[in-house]
Amino acid sequence: MNILRIKTHFIIAALYIMLAACQHEQKRLPILGERHATTKEVDGKTITDTVYQTIPAFSFINQDSVTITNQYFDHSIYVADFFFTSCPSICPIMSKNLLKVLEKYQGNEEVKILSHSIDTKYDTPWVLKRYANKLGVKGDQWQFVHGSEAAIYGIANKYMVYAKEDSNAPGGFEHQGWLILVDKDKRIRGAYDGTNTEQVNQLMADMDVLLAEYLPGKE
Amino acid sequence: MRLPIIGTLFVVLLISMDACQSQDEIKKAQFFTNGKSLYTTHCGNCHGEQGEGLGNLYPPLTDTAFIRNKRAALPCIVKYGLHEKLTINERFFDTAMPGNGTLSPQEIAYILTYVGNSFGNELGLVHTEEITNSLTTCNEAK
Repeated sequence: MNILRIKTHFIIAALYIMLAACQHEQKRLPILGERHATTKEVDGKTITDTVYQTIPAFSFINQDSVTITNQYFDHSIYVADFFFTSCPSICPIMSKNLLKVLEKYQGNEEVKILSHSIDTKYDTPWVLKRYANKLGVKGDQWQFVHGSEAAIYGIANKYMVYAKEDSNAPGGFEHQGWLILVDKDKRIRGAYDGTNTEQVNQLMADMDVLLAEYLPGKE
Repeated sequence: MRLPIIGTLFVVLLISMDACQSQDEIKKAQFFTNGKSLYTTHCGNCHGEQGEGLGNLYPPLTDTAFIRNKRAALPCIVKYGLHEKLTINERFFDTAMPGNGTLSPQEIAYILTYVGNSFGNELGLVHTEEITNSLTTCNEAK
């Protein structure tokens, strides 16, 4: 009887220690996309480093007809998506969910949102501005951008989001509703279904984890 | 001996309860259920799961007076969209609504029975014949 009790205590204690160890371990988001190894010489020693897929430099026109480049996002983590203002299918839900993200991080300069319009003909900056206003977007954390067809569809590939003009699709464009989480080094750290409330909640939880990586004292 | 009597009474009770629920009530429940899933597919993205709309982009479906007064026009709006300016719950809307040309009168009856009896609306059953009649009056009908 006594031995059994001691054993039980021991197991409980062991569990506590394991649990404590887990809590100390910082959760980190994976780095998505392609990667390759490079070797370089640092202080006479050859070291191997991993090079991750990053979002290349870009330049678009935003809802205020101002040029927005990748530099605008240099000191922020950001969420990117692809939509169009006359979209009758998934975009309204994505926009509504992104509005939740904006509300949570409103005023936090480390967080931005970048919505690319895939309707490059109709969605001029003026149309984007009206859309943002009607949606109730405040401040400049959420950027709606207009670009050439080649530039927008080209960068969609870099975010690993499928987008294509298709007269058979509702509204004339076929596209995926991913919300892509990008870190301050322009690496992709997560992809979430922008139409799914649970996944959007996960996105916001993951954004907190990602922001924690940049806290002073952390790597 | 008592058990069969109680059983019989129970069956009689069930039948009389069933009769209380009129034919239209049953139909309304069917239309409502079918309408709910069609609403999610065709309407909910913009008008919201709770009919709350979205900002000043898409109007809510909670203005019961509007829904009641526009009853005859609703089938046309669902099928052919709307290109008019609206003021609903003191909010102004001018985004064009796309039509849902593929919906049949039956499906529109399902949807309007759902919308018409959700979000505070109380239209009751919207019959398929009512939809068919309304659709002949649409400006867009060719």
